[in-house]
Amino acid sequence: MSVLEARNASVRRGGRTIFGPASVCIGAGEMTALIGPNGSGKSTLLRLLAGLWRPDDGEMLIDGKATHGLPRKEMARRVAFVPQETQIDFAFTVAEILAMGRYAHRGRFSPQSQADHHAINSAAADCDISHLMDRAINTLSGGERQRVLIARSLVVEPEFILLDEPTANLDIHHALDVLHLCESLSRKGKTVIVATHDFNLVTRYVTRLILLQGGLLIAEGTQEDVLGPHTIQDVFHVEAEMIPTKTGQPVYVFHQRVQ
Amino acid sequence: MSAIAQSNPLTNLSSRSRLRLSIFYGFLLPIVFVSLLAGVGIGSTHISWSTILRVAEFKIFPQAWTSSAHVTKADEVIVWLIRVPRVIVAFFVGAGLAAAGVLLQALFRNPLAEPTLIGPGEGAVLGGVISFVTGWSATSVLSLPLMAMLGALLALLIVYAMATRGGVTPVATLLLAGVATSALLGALASLLLSVNIVNWQIAQEIVFWMMGGLDARTWTHVWLCAPFVLLGIVASLLQTRDLDLLQLGEETAASFGVDVESSKRLLTLTAAILTGAAVAVAGLIGFVGLLVPHAVRLILGPSNRTLLPASALTGGAFLVLCDLLARTIHPPTEIRLGIVTALCGGPLFIYLLLRQYRGGAN
Repeated sequence: MSVLEARNASVRRGGRTIFGPASVCIGAGEMTALIGPNGSGKSTLLRLLAGLWRPDDGEMLIDGKATHGLPRKEMARRVAFVPQETQIDFAFTVAEILAMGRYAHRGRFSPQSQADHHAINSAAADCDISHLMDRAINTLSGGERQRVLIARSLVVEPEFILLDEPTANLDIHHALDVLHLCESLSRKGKTVIVATHDFNLVTRYVTRLILLQGGLLIAEGTQEDVLGPHTIQDVFHVEAEMIPTKTGQPVYVFHQRVQ
Repeated sequence: MSAIAQSNPLTNLSSRSRLRLSIFYGFLLPIVFVSLLAGVGIGSTHISWSTILRVAEFKIFPQAWTSSAHVTKADEVIVWLIRVPRVIVAFFVGAGLAAAGVLLQALFRNPLAEPTLIGPGEGAVLGGVISFVTGWSATSVLSLPLMAMLGALLALLIVYAMATRGGVTPVATLLLAGVATSALLGALASLLLSVNIVNWQIAQEIVFWMMGGLDARTWTHVWLCAPFVLLGIVASLLQTRDLDLLQLGEETAASFGVDVESSKRLLTLTAAILTGAAVAVAGLIGFVGLLVPHAVRLILGPSNRTLLPASALTGGAFLVLCDLLARTIHPPTEIRLGIVTALCGGPLFIYLLLRQYRGGAN
């Protein structure tokens, strides 16, 4: 099983360090959530892990090899990225969008192979979008669009799937749908990493939480390790009350902190 | 595995979009053919079809096969030296501008990007004027299209640097940057022209060229334009899969394995070659790169693999027909070709602009 790793990675923008230095190691079919308030560096860490950004200091590794040394296409075949913005203005059909996911597998002129076809169909089936294949992407609802983009990342047949705020634009029903889908993918052996600010929603699904604040990793582990009321108060500046539920996993109710 | 693949040939296209594509070409190819014929056959001087056929026969087949007895010199000149090159130039200019429009719309992720509206057209004009006033165009005819391409490339780089931040180009910024760049480069071209007028006749020729039109195009213009347009279209066809992904956003494209920076460089260069080649022989012809890809996209969808060749062919036929209209609608004077294309494309541009702003407001 493969491992994605950050080793003392940091990112500077305009002379200011906006992320890190941070070290983290994620792999082996885990489902991990990167959580933290706005601007805490979740998206930055996600883009570093996906190889979309290069750290200014330190390095990113996949199975111990520096990712920036890998060809763009090889990285794309191993690590898939699902962006937060799902809006697409051009009227591509869902089938065309999924076919684009095979970019890194196909030569410039090679027609779609049996393997391409199989990857597209099974990704569509996994995400329950087979009935949408002929629809134009810009006519779908937010929940359908999110499932299409997750399917497109599956078409790559990657080892890692990285999702940036996959539930941010969805109602609760579709948000749970998407998280359930992510969980089933991780059961099938994919390593799933979700960046989100809504930790209440994801704690039930993930095996590991990584908490960020101000561009630094400040805690990681299970819900009990990471999300104690004091930590939440320190990081999110709200008072959190933990309430037990029938699933056994407590949920949080937030109160504005009295000054 | 390969046996299965052969017995069950797979392509990107669903059977429905393949049917739509066949119907589209079923209409387009006859239109292309008829427009080329009409372009040669119709004009201010009436020449019968049999005469035209005889001239074509006389010119195309070896001399020994035909007799030139039935062809007068005047007919030969009008058909072979005036109309045929003009129609061919119109076709390639239209194809080049339409293909350049498709590339720019993917590069800026904006359906309003058009080669003559956002800068590269004026850049090509400036390049052309430089090659005129320096006298390079007199020593080598190739310097005109080459300088025009260089100018178009320069303008594209300026507009891109001004209008695009983090791979995103807001429509207002794109149009403002385009207008500003066009104005600046256009002013430079006029300045160069006005301080270098030594010969009134040459100046007049340049001014007419800048206004856009296809009168007095010769076989030289065909050779200056057609090879570069073909080169540009072939280069674009090699990039259609990158184009599709870039159209979804640079980050998405990169995450699926596109080398975004080198892909954008190649795309910009190709768009500059197409625009430069077209402007070098026809001057500024507006709106073709907007109108044609938009219409084709409505019918065939946005996938660049089908959009690009279809737009190029449609653009060629469209400009041949516009040129035919320009020279026959008000005889004996010719209307400038740019007026005809602007009258067709202007309203669409305004409509698209309003729709984008309403869309943005929601």
